[in-house]
Amino acid sequence: MNAKALLFCLLLPFSAMAQGFAGLGTDAEGFAIPVPGTQFSFPADHGPHPNYRIEWWYLTANLKGDDGRDYGLQWTLFRSALAPKDDGGWKSSQIWFAHAAVTTPDAHYATERVARGGIGQAGVRASPFSAWIDEWYMRGDDLDRLRLSAQSHEFAYRMNLEAQGPLVFHGVDGFSVKSAEGQASYYYSQPDYNIDGTLTLPDGDIKVTGTAWLDREWSSQPLSDTQSGWDWFSLSFDGGAKMMGFRLRQTDGPDYTAATWITPDGETESFDDGAFIAVPQNQTEVAGRQIPTLWQVRLPDKSVDIIVEAINPQAWMDLSIPYWEGPVQVRGSHIGKGYLEMTGYE
Amino acid sequence: MTRTCLFALLSHWRRNPLQLITFLTGLALATALWSGVQAINSEARASYDAAAATLDEGQYDQIRARGDGEIALSSYIDLRRTGWQVSPIVEGEIEGLRLIGIEPLTAPGGFTGVQLDEQVSLGSFLSTGAVLIHPETEEDLSGNLFQNMEIVTNRNVTPGLAFTDIAIALELLQRERFSRLIVADQQPLGRGILEEVAPDLIVQKAEHTADLGEMTDSFHLNLTAFGLLSFAVGIFIVHGAIGLAFEQRRGTIRTMRALGVPLGKLTVLVAFEMMFLALIGALIGVALGYFVAASLLPDVAATLRGLYGADVTGTLNLRTEWWASGLAIALLGAFFAMTGKLWSIARMPLLASAKPRAWVIATGRTRLFQAFGALTLAAAALILLIYGSGLTAGFVLQGCLLTAAALALPLLLDRILSLLQRSSRGVISHWFWADTRQQLPGLSLALMALLLAVAANIGVSTMVSSFRLTFVEFLDQRLAPELYINVEDAAQSRALDAALEKHARESLIVLSTRSEAAGLPVEIEALRLGETYRENWRLLDGSPKAWDWMEDGEGVLANEQFARRAGLWTGDRVTLQEGPEVEIVGVVGDYGNPLGQLYLDETLFLSIYPDAVPVRFGARTDDPIALRDILTAELGIPASAMTDQAAVKEFSLQVFERTFTVTAALNVLTLSVAGFAMLMSLLTLADLRIPQLAPIWALGLTRQKLGQLELIRAVALAATVCLFALPLGLALAWILLAIVNVEAFGWRLPMFLFPFEYAQLWLYAFFAALLAACWPALRLARTPANALLKVFANER
Amino acid sequence: MRQIGTTLVFPLLETQSLLELTRIEKSFVGNEGKIPVLKGVSLSLAAAESVALTGESGSGKSTLLHIAGGLESADAGTVKLDDKDFSHLKEAERADLRRKKIGIVFQQFNLIPSINVAANIGFQARLNGEFDAAYIDHLAETLGLKAQLQSYPETLSGGQQQRVAIARSLAARPKIILADEPTGNLDETTAGVVLDQMLALVSETSAALLMVTHSSTVAARMQRKVHLSGGQLT
Repeated sequence: MNAKALLFCLLLPFSAMAQGFAGLGTDAEGFAIPVPGTQFSFPADHGPHPNYRIEWWYLTANLKGDDGRDYGLQWTLFRSALAPKDDGGWKSSQIWFAHAAVTTPDAHYATERVARGGIGQAGVRASPFSAWIDEWYMRGDDLDRLRLSAQSHEFAYRMNLEAQGPLVFHGVDGFSVKSAEGQASYYYSQPDYNIDGTLTLPDGDIKVTGTAWLDREWSSQPLSDTQSGWDWFSLSFDGGAKMMGFRLRQTDGPDYTAATWITPDGETESFDDGAFIAVPQNQTEVAGRQIPTLWQVRLPDKSVDIIVEAINPQAWMDLSIPYWEGPVQVRGSHIGKGYLEMTGYE
Repeated sequence: MTRTCLFALLSHWRRNPLQLITFLTGLALATALWSGVQAINSEARASYDAAAATLDEGQYDQIRARGDGEIALSSYIDLRRTGWQVSPIVEGEIEGLRLIGIEPLTAPGGFTGVQLDEQVSLGSFLSTGAVLIHPETEEDLSGNLFQNMEIVTNRNVTPGLAFTDIAIALELLQRERFSRLIVADQQPLGRGILEEVAPDLIVQKAEHTADLGEMTDSFHLNLTAFGLLSFAVGIFIVHGAIGLAFEQRRGTIRTMRALGVPLGKLTVLVAFEMMFLALIGALIGVALGYFVAASLLPDVAATLRGLYGADVTGTLNLRTEWWASGLAIALLGAFFAMTGKLWSIARMPLLASAKPRAWVIATGRTRLFQAFGALTLAAAALILLIYGSGLTAGFVLQGCLLTAAALALPLLLDRILSLLQRSSRGVISHWFWADTRQQLPGLSLALMALLLAVAANIGVSTMVSSFRLTFVEFLDQRLAPELYINVEDAAQSRALDAALEKHARESLIVLSTRSEAAGLPVEIEALRLGETYRENWRLLDGSPKAWDWMEDGEGVLANEQFARRAGLWTGDRVTLQEGPEVEIVGVVGDYGNPLGQLYLDETLFLSIYPDAVPVRFGARTDDPIALRDILTAELGIPASAMTDQAAVKEFSLQVFERTFTVTAALNVLTLSVAGFAMLMSLLTLADLRIPQLAPIWALGLTRQKLGQLELIRAVALAATVCLFALPLGLALAWILLAIVNVEAFGWRLPMFLFPFEYAQLWLYAFFAALLAACWPALRLARTPANALLKVFANER
Repeated sequence: MRQIGTTLVFPLLETQSLLELTRIEKSFVGNEGKIPVLKGVSLSLAAAESVALTGESGSGKSTLLHIAGGLESADAGTVKLDDKDFSHLKEAERADLRRKKIGIVFQQFNLIPSINVAANIGFQARLNGEFDAAYIDHLAETLGLKAQLQSYPETLSGGQQQRVAIARSLAARPKIILADEPTGNLDETTAGVVLDQMLALVSETSAALLMVTHSSTVAARMQRKVHLSGGQLT
């Protein structure tokens, strides 16, 4: 996702990111590069992969409050490596970032944290699973049952999560191609959590329940330099089917798209470039720029033709790396809800 | 035609290089004065900001280890893991540098005064290692320090400091633990309790008391006021210089018109010529201003060093704001002066001859206009004084008063001279005063400039000296205890209190709480009343019995800030948020404090806030060093918890000595500029006066005598001007102290008079006038007889 | 009667006349109110004609001369030069006319002090872009200024300065020369020489000459003589 790609643009010289290293296993600076056919090993792969440049634990949730209103929640921990190693202590080359947000129909709260690796301020342990930065955490005995917490000076949340189905793997067994030139990442998800807990907002506490989606992804390659940004959808339909789809906006031709269809049982079907189509229908002025907050999304192979609309069009993450991320509602051939992330809108 | 005309116009300067030099010098001096003051001001401001950003950690709360200890990494992590938004700092000396290790990922924004990622990538700051220093520091850097590191220079970093990543700093300083933690302003909800997370650490609140920042703002105000006044003087000089250039070429311009050069063309050419010369003069002036500022800046830098205890760059940067404003002032001033003159050329009869007598009559209307202007402005000043409010009104008032006084000056002088003329008996003296009166129109601009310069100097000197006197008194009042001692808890507080009872002459407490009164936030401070307060605190208002009433719990004192904001004064009653209603029995001056404060007797304070415990004590003693040793021996209070106040006081006083140096230097400069204006005017008149003096000479007055009379005239005029300048200068100072300062900071500076300094200023002014008159007088004394005879030979 | 007479005397010359002043009125404001100086003066000059204008001090002869040269404007009446009416011209056009058609010699020489004699002589000609070096050389030669060309006005004697002013007035080849007591500041001998030189040079051209003078000797050298008295010509 581009927000994350941007993170390491900030930290690393971009020029070294020459193309064509795919398949060699490492790039010019010694970072590992995803290769197809790799077998995941759990729980170890829930933990960090310091030899890759960038990695994240990315949780979004659609919530319903006891006040009857819709809410959205985000908790993300990023790892970014300055060098492909983790020496520990002050010499560590690992940097951790985290974003947390709560979206209500009329407000959006976002905050961030940054920490250096190696001194215990932030990190991830595979088993028993624990991801933390400062006092924020996402932890449990394993990935199926998690407790989640984050706060800023104006909001906080504490949540419990319980997985309802298996992990799903995007692309070819978790090898997810991101461009025609071959940029790729390792990418799997737990798309089916039940979640409940308490949101603390300036007006008071709200009990909430809902569903959540966890993405795990790591890679060493940023997007191709002909890609300007990213629109990413994670949608849960009534009836239990789910769909992940993204569109990487090309500056030099048609956009690059990919999607994963997830059946209620957790069976997956991956779709390569072109099968998934997302077209902006309406723009909203957000933070001084035009952002598409109403979309037509189609996956003809699965008879999907839906309208995706932001619950709060002003879900702008006004952080060191600004982007749009918020809960959406789905109508059309399928009814449901989900999350939308849009990056690279300058 | 253009070339022919331009040639004729410019040839004037070639034939009269001295006049060209005077013209350019006049403009250059005016510009130099203004841009010099501006340069110092903007440089000082920029340096303050840099110093404040890097060193004024007063803006953040800090966490320190109890005693003299350092902070372990584990404590830091524990705090972060319970929500504390803190950032570690390690600092120490290394090869004469103060090395500060920061943790860039958690440090509050802008902490180093530099936006890190603009100059150095965070990646290389963290991994390969980069060090951030001032360019001057780089020059002094020894070879092997910071080897293999990227050295990044930035002018906003305070000289003598080096910022680097904390990991590198720990390694260079060979330490493992942190010096302190900075607490970010914003803290998340549900943060842990410090005593539970890290019992060995304590929070040190951001320092807000005796805010020197506001004192430095006041210093800026000094310079700004000086800048404005020097601007006024400068404008007069530009006006004079332009006027002179026109006067000298009146004949040429007239002849050219008679020979058929159209007025429009001539106007454009003259305008072009004047603006071109003004530009050259202004450029020279800016360069001159740079040198003036550069030579004064070390003193300003020293002032800042005094304020912040840190090195501030002693070099000057060419900042757009001052060189551009210098140019703009010179050009605008030249433009306006020129417009007036061009207007008079357009209306001037083609062939009217330059008869001095006619000139005087012609200025009759000008005089009426001046009188009207002076009256209007004086009225405006009066209205502003009564009804105006706000800083702008204060400055406008100052401007009105200055201009009114300047406009009124020629009229007043004329009255005085005509009085002298009438009362003089001798023929010579009668002629002398009449002649002086006749010269008045030609000299009035220069005299106005002199008036403004002397008045400005009197005003600014009064302000600075009053400021200094008040500040010293304030320091005596507030920093009376010889030794300050900090303790950490209630038990220590009780023990120290007991110990001080035994060993100190008198003990004072520093104990306060934030509250609300009269709907305003207020700091309630407890006073342990004793000799110290009674002797040192000066009440702005209230009876000497106030202390007794306070001691009886009947009344409280308010500082001026609170009293003014709440609109309360002695005798009014105020209700504290926590309960009792009390009477304000006095108001005290509290310079440089942004907070409103109420002072309660300790007993009353403790009855309202029973849980309050003083953790800072002041001790009155004749031997602070001995007391220090006793307290360390008996109570184990570390030396670092005690402050020798004398040193602090000494430090603060140095600051104002520096301010003084700068002011004195600027005084001399303004007066020399005014003297120069006078010289120019006298030179202008000298040529015109030959025909007037020739008959006097022919009647038997020697040229030497005439020269002497010229000198006497200059000094007499200067003396009269100085006499007027005194009340004007005092009025200016009063406006600065009683109006501008109150509007800007909420407190009024008492005004003191400094007759000796005024006398000194007068002496300077006489000297300047005398010097200015010397050359024209000498020239007159040496005028060849045939030049005078020529007057009779070819009647003009 | 006289006043009407002057225009009636030369009615036929009207079309050929170079300078035509008609019913000029001018008064000045003094301490005792308005003082009329010219009360309807009419005067005309033909090409190559030389006229002496005489009168008491303060009779207004200089004022009349200035009005004729467009240096001052009249309260009433018209001034025509080469059939162009001055009184209706704008300041710039009047300056233009003055520069191209009129040469002026003042009593006080009015030289530009900062440029040398050569530049002073050529000044007006240069303004017109009609600088004729040979003619200027001829003028300097005739007036005996050849040795002073590089000097500055202040170093010259009164007679020399007036010669420079005369040379300047002629150098631009004007149609008419207006001279205000050109020899008034010179001693009698010098005055005679200067006047001779001036008249000789004027006669080389077809320029008209209007000369204010109070000297009957000078006036006698002119073709015609008019006298200003009580605000009227006699």
